[in-house]
Amino acid sequence: MIRPVVRALDERTHAAPFGVRALRYLFPDHWSFLLGEVALYTFIVLVATGTYLALFFHPSTAQVVYHGSYAPLDGTRMTEAYRSTVQLSLDVRAGLLMRQTHHWAADVFVAAIAIHLMRIVFTGAFRKPRELTYYVGLTILVLALLEGYLGYSLVDDLLSGMGLAIGYAVALSIPFVGANIGQLIWGGPFPGTADFWSRMYIAHVFLLPLLIATLIAIHLVLVAALHHTQFGGGRRTERRLVGLPAYPAQAARSLGLMFAVFAVLFLLGGLVQINPIWLWGPYHVADGTNGAQPDWYLGWLIGALRLMPSFDVTILDYTVIPNPFWGGVLFPGLVFGTLYAWPSIERRFSGDRARHNLLDRPRDVRWRTATAAGFLSWVFLIFLAGSADRAYVLFGWSYETQLQIYRVLVFVLPPVVFWLTLKVCDELRRNEEVSRRRREAEAEARAAANRA
Amino acid sequence: MRRAGLVLLAAGALFGAWTATAARGESAPRSALAARGAELYAESCQSCHGIDGAGIAAPGAVHGVGDVAGFGPSLRGVGAQAADFYLRTGYMPLRDPSAQPRRSHVEFSPGQIRALTAYVASLAPGPGIPAPHPVQGSLSAGMSLFVENCAGCHQAVATGGYVPDAVAPPLGQSSARDIAEAVRIGPNLMPRFSRSRLSDAQLDSLIAYVLYARAPDDRGGISLGHVGPVPEGFVAWLMAGVVLVGVCVAVARRPA
Amino acid sequence: MRRAELTVAALLLLAAASAAGFVVVYALDSIGHQTQLLGLTLGAAFACVAAALVVAGRHLVPVEDGEDEYGSPAPEAVDQVAEVVEEGAVRMRRRRLLAGAGAAAGAAIGAALLAPVVSLGPAFDLAALARTPWRRGRRLVDEAGAPIPAAAVRPDEFVTAFPEGADPEEIGSPVILVRLDPARLRLPAARRTWAPEGIVGYSKICTHAGCAIALYRAPLFEPAEQPPGLVCPCHYSTFDPATGGTVVFGPAGRALPQLPIRIDRQGNLRAGGTFSGPVGPSWWGVRRGRATS
Repeated sequence: MIRPVVRALDERTHAAPFGVRALRYLFPDHWSFLLGEVALYTFIVLVATGTYLALFFHPSTAQVVYHGSYAPLDGTRMTEAYRSTVQLSLDVRAGLLMRQTHHWAADVFVAAIAIHLMRIVFTGAFRKPRELTYYVGLTILVLALLEGYLGYSLVDDLLSGMGLAIGYAVALSIPFVGANIGQLIWGGPFPGTADFWSRMYIAHVFLLPLLIATLIAIHLVLVAALHHTQFGGGRRTERRLVGLPAYPAQAARSLGLMFAVFAVLFLLGGLVQINPIWLWGPYHVADGTNGAQPDWYLGWLIGALRLMPSFDVTILDYTVIPNPFWGGVLFPGLVFGTLYAWPSIERRFSGDRARHNLLDRPRDVRWRTATAAGFLSWVFLIFLAGSADRAYVLFGWSYETQLQIYRVLVFVLPPVVFWLTLKVCDELRRNEEVSRRRREAEAEARAAANRA
Repeated sequence: MRRAGLVLLAAGALFGAWTATAARGESAPRSALAARGAELYAESCQSCHGIDGAGIAAPGAVHGVGDVAGFGPSLRGVGAQAADFYLRTGYMPLRDPSAQPRRSHVEFSPGQIRALTAYVASLAPGPGIPAPHPVQGSLSAGMSLFVENCAGCHQAVATGGYVPDAVAPPLGQSSARDIAEAVRIGPNLMPRFSRSRLSDAQLDSLIAYVLYARAPDDRGGISLGHVGPVPEGFVAWLMAGVVLVGVCVAVARRPA
Repeated sequence: MRRAELTVAALLLLAAASAAGFVVVYALDSIGHQTQLLGLTLGAAFACVAAALVVAGRHLVPVEDGEDEYGSPAPEAVDQVAEVVEEGAVRMRRRRLLAGAGAAAGAAIGAALLAPVVSLGPAFDLAALARTPWRRGRRLVDEAGAPIPAAAVRPDEFVTAFPEGADPEEIGSPVILVRLDPARLRLPAARRTWAPEGIVGYSKICTHAGCAIALYRAPLFEPAEQPPGLVCPCHYSTFDPATGGTVVFGPAGRALPQLPIRIDRQGNLRAGGTFSGPVGPSWWGVRRGRATS
């Protein structure tokens, strides 16, 4: 039954030779190599649910008065964007499931890329010849952050509106051109013109998804062209690749993973409430709520913004560098700059310019592992600092004291983590060495006993 | 004529005595309840709030329970409203006068609270205990009022918040009367809202909303505390992340 | 092997049932927790298919490693590509001139295509950033548009005000009013007349990152509590209303702009001029002390 179909297709596409190669294509087998796929499948859910949402959402800043089914908002002034989202959530069947799944998928998408990125860095998969793949992947991460920010800001609820004001302030804080850029994007001073909403909408539903999808495609083509990396051991070498064929083994696994991702996302979308915008109310410039936070993938920036002591860099009466620059521009710039430069920095320090198809075990490259761990702890600490106010409300720890502790820890903790990681790597290797020696000694003793 | 003059004199003297004692307040003829309250006050409140509720402006020689140097605001003119609020919520008595009063164990029995309230009310004319009617309020007016006036400290659905350097408490345990009293008093660092700022009808709507916010519309599922993206991020990493990494491990396992 | 086949079949049938359940839940007009049931049924359907595939992948299909070679750079092909490209240019003598002219054309066309981006907003006219709707004599009104009498701003209360007749959604519009004891005021010398009866007005938009300053810290008993302060809920920048909006806590780098207040003959509040400085977050080159227009 299969043969006639394949023949018919091949006659019309000449794709059978490619099909053979594709079906036999080998995938090195390790669970950590599946993390990137988790991100890919999450992206599929984002596009599918996002399309559904776009069939109902009105990207309009026209002022309306709500008279829908949710009593606490009855008679409230709001934008049409907010109203259409409330209606989609509360009055469209399955609308809330789609909206919540979409939002959960956004959170999980960035988390999956982050975990995947950690695997890449800790195993050295970014080394030659895969630097290009690495840069493309990193760019997908940057775009994903922007895409998520625009997505939840389109709704124009109180929380995301406050977040847009902060984004505007961060844009304005860029030296020389900040105010110009801010005016350009927003169409004028905050909160901007109705055009700004159209721009966010088109960027979020068209420009960025297209860009991200293209980069994903390039990323996958590069991975396939160079073949996936593998850990050493057994018959695996720098030249010889050992793995499972695409069909049937890898296909079963990957498809299984895909459906598992769909399952997790839709289960979350139905069972765990996320961003209940009808509870926050619409955004107005004169309103604010305590405890407002951005989505988790921007929370690291809030920590940075709150940790900075109070100062604008000024010359006489002129502001030269407004305060949000440090936490909102320099900090993420440093983090992503370091990530982009990582392959070059490592090449420079290790002098290693060879091509690598074999991955490192993190313990075997203690310097890289320790540096990455220290760097990660620095970012995570600043991220934690953003929750100091809720920690005060929940546990009673003084906010000011927490800030002071964090300000010291951001300098002290990363070197400590660096040093500790070195020690852990050394210890793990020492234990392996001991076990290996013991096994050899036992084998020798057994051989000697056999001879006797 | 002379008798009339004597009556007038007596009336005048009585009147004079009455106004004099009314001005001083402390020795005005007190109800039995207030008298009992005075005794309780002397035991539990005087070390911070001073003799006859005059207040103690700075910690000084007077030491109270736990040998704490007491100081506290005057209670003259705060009326039954404040006494009722602070005592019923357990805000008072306060062990450490510099600490923020928080909802805690209520030290006094309802009868004792009534006595103390009567005593404080007797010190000087002040607002009485409010009687709000949230059922007459409008939920949507209440939400607007809450977002405009309260959410900045108490958070959009009253889960509480941080104000340097104190906690604006979550309101899930507050009764209608608690809310009405707190709004009018403005305890601790909270601003106050008088009737000209927030009418009684508006207050009813506000209370209706706060009571609703205890169990708001959560048709999206498990609510994660209504605090927003931070718990959502935790769920994304610690639930979805862990599960999906676990699936990767399970998927990649070879048959034995 | 046989058990695996049955397991896979059972899981797939379960998935079918679950998916059917989804449609049924969707079709029901009123059902409690509909979103949860929709998520459960659809999620369960996907989960069953996932489990079936995992079992199949482990027990029903051959799981054998194959071996292949990693590719390597192909120097011969690289040379050939380079040769083909160079052959294409074999008739060109003035290569540098052509390359330079081509680069000039490309750069110029690229820049030209980018030029219309400037229409997106007043990128070169920053005057709007310093403009607000406030003018001398403009009346302060509440959200409903009613004038605000001075008596309405009482001690320990705060009132949000807007300029009469202006758009309340401009960041220059919202103003926060509080009344302080005049004896406590320590305003800059030029602003001594800005606070009649101790009523001070400040922009409600934080100079750090533009959130609304929605908190007023009003101590009941000052000896034991923090002094009055206007606090922003985003990063907790705190401004002192008694000293002209100076920053006392948090990351804001510029004082809160103050609006001169005066009381008109009807006892209502009016603006006595424009703000003492630019409203909202700072930008490069902003004049900190220059009044808004």
